Amino acid sequence: MNIVVCIKQVPDTDDIKIDPETNTLIREGVESIINPYDLHALETALSLKDRLGGTVTVISMGPGQVKKSLKKTIALGADHTVLLSDRSFAGADTLATSYTLACGIKELPESDLIICGKQAIDGDTAQVGPGIAEHLQIPHITYVKEIMEANEHQLTVKRETETGYDVIKMELPGVITTLMEINEPRLPSIRGILRSRKTEIPVWGIDDITIQKEFIGLDGSPTQVVKVDTPDLQAEGEIYEGEPENQVEQLIKELNDRQIL
Amino acid sequence: MNLEISDKCTGCKKCIPVCPFGALEMKEGRAEVNERCTYCGACVDVCPVEAITLHKTSAENKDLSSYENVWVYGELTEGELAPVVYELIGEGRKLADSLEEKLCVALLGCGVEDKAEKLIDYGVDTVYTVDHSRLERYNDEYYTESFTQLIQSHKPSIILLGATTIGRSLGPRTSARLKTGLTADCTSLKIDKDQQNLLQVRPAFSGNIMATIVCENHRPQMATVRPGVMERAAPREDARGEIIDFEPDFSHLKVHTTLLDSQKEQKSEVNLGEAEIIVSGGRGVGSEEDFSLIRELAEVLGGAVGASRAAVDKGWISEDHQVGQTGTTVSPRVYIACGISGAVQHLVGMENSDIIIAINSDPQAPIFQHATYGLVGDLFEIIPLLIEQLGQKESSSGANTEQQEKTG
Repeated sequence: MNIVVCIKQVPDTDDIKIDPETNTLIREGVESIINPYDLHALETALSLKDRLGGTVTVISMGPGQVKKSLKKTIALGADHTVLLSDRSFAGADTLATSYTLACGIKELPESDLIICGKQAIDGDTAQVGPGIAEHLQIPHITYVKEIMEANEHQLTVKRETETGYDVIKMELPGVITTLMEINEPRLPSIRGILRSRKTEIPVWGIDDITIQKEFIGLDGSPTQVVKVDTPDLQAEGEIYEGEPENQVEQLIKELNDRQIL
Repeated sequence: MNLEISDKCTGCKKCIPVCPFGALEMKEGRAEVNERCTYCGACVDVCPVEAITLHKTSAENKDLSSYENVWVYGELTEGELAPVVYELIGEGRKLADSLEEKLCVALLGCGVEDKAEKLIDYGVDTVYTVDHSRLERYNDEYYTESFTQLIQSHKPSIILLGATTIGRSLGPRTSARLKTGLTADCTSLKIDKDQQNLLQVRPAFSGNIMATIVCENHRPQMATVRPGVMERAAPREDARGEIIDFEPDFSHLKVHTTLLDSQKEQKSEVNLGEAEIIVSGGRGVGSEEDFSLIRELAEVLGGAVGASRAAVDKGWISEDHQVGQTGTTVSPRVYIACGISGAVQHLVGMENSDIIIAINSDPQAPIFQHATYGLVGDLFEIIPLLIEQLGQKESSSGANTEQQEKTG
């Protein structure tokens, strides 16, 4: 089975803080990581490959620094990687991003299954997976929590719903987006790490793929950010400090007086 | 598209910290833009000498006047209208009134007429029904096809969907087919009076900033809204709407997915959305083992256990406990945030709680700006004290003796 995994490099969101004086983001020391959901998507692909054979290709779109993340996927066991990187891809919303990724995927050898993480932790939109499927004119299943059966022609999965799960069968090729609970990502192997060091990540720009320029980047994005605000931080409550015992005492008194608990 | 920094740049550096993406750097005394730029325009407004300009190359001016009315997607779960539909009707009504247009619901399913009539009672002007045996259970392919056909035939200007499992699958698939924009998880929606565009506000960049997003040159303007964010509509006495049925055409549709089974599952011990008291733990809790402290406090109070994204991402607690933009939006009577710094992504999910109690060792943590009561200190010292005091209180009032035994 030939599998393509889409990954996104995101800032490690835990590390982002707002400077209380200037109300701006403190970027120093913010590390870039592979979107955590995508690691589970990659693991899904690698374990399918372990069972059924085939190849795993990882694709991403972003600036040159994403090569570092793609190298990590090789250390984890990916066979091939490709980075779609071009100044004209920048500023893409989810529609333009999924279109660009779909165009990149079309350039690869024919794929049976495309796996994305459920969503990226920096945007939380969960739109790129279904978007890729639409641009490739193939079916998709979101929120996959378990693969029950798989072969080169079809896939049966559990899809999480608000009340439980659905069991859905899909004829391939198709796209799935995976939850974190689907598996536990493996660690990189020594051999993989050595391989990743030697591998040059191929970079495809706008002239390397077949793509309609009016649908990419900011100009090809129907949605645009027109304003960015850092939220107002207004202190309004009562803050206790000092010995924990005193703080707790004051709080309990207040809660009792106001009959809150 | 291009971001230009002209010779007017004085090298004042004001734009550098404003960029959410770290795309501006100082080079030879002038600001320069690098490849990380996403053309968000945050730097344009802050430049005191107007040296930064954003050029959009394809200034297309399509005629969008044939698109009108505000639509809500009438999601059904197990044959019933999902609660979020009523919330979207509440919000959609305000938008429709502001535009002086109609509020409509798109209702796809099988045997939906009684649901359509119920929607009319809530002041919906038009309910478009697509009633078909193929739509008895949700299927992405049949639903996307019929929804797209319905949209193309009636041309709404705005479509709101719940950010549910179905909404987050049908929404992006449909918007991609229509080649229009879809803004996920909006927390506030407004109409821009001049342009009549929908202003969609959502947390962005890990929820640390709020972004206003527009879909200027494409219609419909599509947005998803998380359940629990908007105010629910109330039934109206003067309700007088119409039901219009639409016949989908599946003759060219090849379907590749089949629903084989649907199972209910016990999701979590307590339903966060309905809990009166929630005790949440974040990064400051430090480990999976130490989350037992959070559970214990929740148990003493008879509340539910919540978590910030940091704790969920670290694998200390399962995803269904997550409170925030990505997890569940909650509005309990009392919310106790333990070791949670208060990223916007978390705050938007709990700021409607009546009483917020924050426990954090960092007095600068943003959570304190939102807290009704803040305790500055080590949660491993404070929480056991709270458990002790509150446990006594509960047992003296004769309640929760069983829990007292466990915690004691």
